[in-house]
Amino acid sequence: MEVFKHFKEFKMDVLKEVGNIGAGNAATALSRLLNKPVDMAVPKVQLLPFEDISEKVGGAEQVVIAIFLRVEGDAPGNLFFILSPEVAKSLLKRLVGIHPGADGLFNEMECSALSEIGNILAGSYLSSLADFTNLSMSPTVPALAMDMAGAILSYGLLQFGQMGDDALLIDTTFIEGDQEVEGQFFLIPDPDSFAKIFQSLGVPVDHD
Amino acid sequence: MIEEQSIVKVGMADMNVVQRSGTIRTVGLGSCIGLTMYDPQLKVAGMVHVMLPSSDIAREGQLNIAKYADTALPALLDKLVHLGASPSRIVAKMAGGSQMFAFAGTGDTMRIGPRNVESCKLKLAELQIPLIAEDTGGNYGRTIELDASTGILYIRSVHTGVKEM
Repeated sequence: MEVFKHFKEFKMDVLKEVGNIGAGNAATALSRLLNKPVDMAVPKVQLLPFEDISEKVGGAEQVVIAIFLRVEGDAPGNLFFILSPEVAKSLLKRLVGIHPGADGLFNEMECSALSEIGNILAGSYLSSLADFTNLSMSPTVPALAMDMAGAILSYGLLQFGQMGDDALLIDTTFIEGDQEVEGQFFLIPDPDSFAKIFQSLGVPVDHD
Repeated sequence: MIEEQSIVKVGMADMNVVQRSGTIRTVGLGSCIGLTMYDPQLKVAGMVHVMLPSSDIAREGQLNIAKYADTALPALLDKLVHLGASPSRIVAKMAGGSQMFAFAGTGDTMRIGPRNVESCKLKLAELQIPLIAEDTGGNYGRTIELDASTGILYIRSVHTGVKEM
């Protein structure tokens, strides 16, 4: 894990650009779906203790909806697309005309629609990243969960868990005009994937 | 009921103990295990938040013993014994080990929850600590809290509310 602590500013910038390109394309995809402009915050790249990662979405007990894809190929990792239940409802209403019940639960049809939305967005995130880096990155079938953020995100940390107590996270938020639709992408590349990403982009790996 | 009082928090890959009164809790257990050990006579309670089944796979320089089932359980037992608890009275409870995402035919990482459960049970048997209650598996997250004055473990989940054991 020491390696990551000594990442120079420059490398962090490269990773920010990685997040920017991925989420930028996903935002475009969402903007087409909604037929409205979608804004994006500047990506954050941080080495965070496990505890603090769920703080980014409101704490370990915060209920969130997450679409999770395992990235396979040259630079494996975990990709989460995270929404609040309210945002998920608003997306369903506007994209597929479904009005979920007030009980806060989603039925099979609604889950399936959300999964598909996540799949489209995550797919565009990954394919632009793959084009940019020239690495093969293919997503697994998306899995959807609505649960405590800590329980969900810990799944993305297992690969890092073998190496230390921190994970390097590329975090991008996007917002649609009136903030009705806000979502977060977390890309957590496996520890060994960073060297491959840097190499593919011509960043020298050896001297940090 | 899960109420706010003096609460000792246990983070991910972390362990802690409380004595006599107060509660000890860990939040957002997914595939991780929250395991508690309790001496009912001295009212000494310990909790560990285990993340991975075995330290054999560790590639970290300085091992965080609270992270792996095989190292965390003996360490927690030591901590309790150090506070005067007797190994013959200590009982264990555990919760967690779920499979949050169901993928068809994926590797070991996805089965990490069940593997954590197995590994904890194996280690408990080895340490001769009886497991008197468990709430493991499923596909949902849990928050657990142990009351040091009673030894009751409260388990909260988003979909099923609070249960005690």
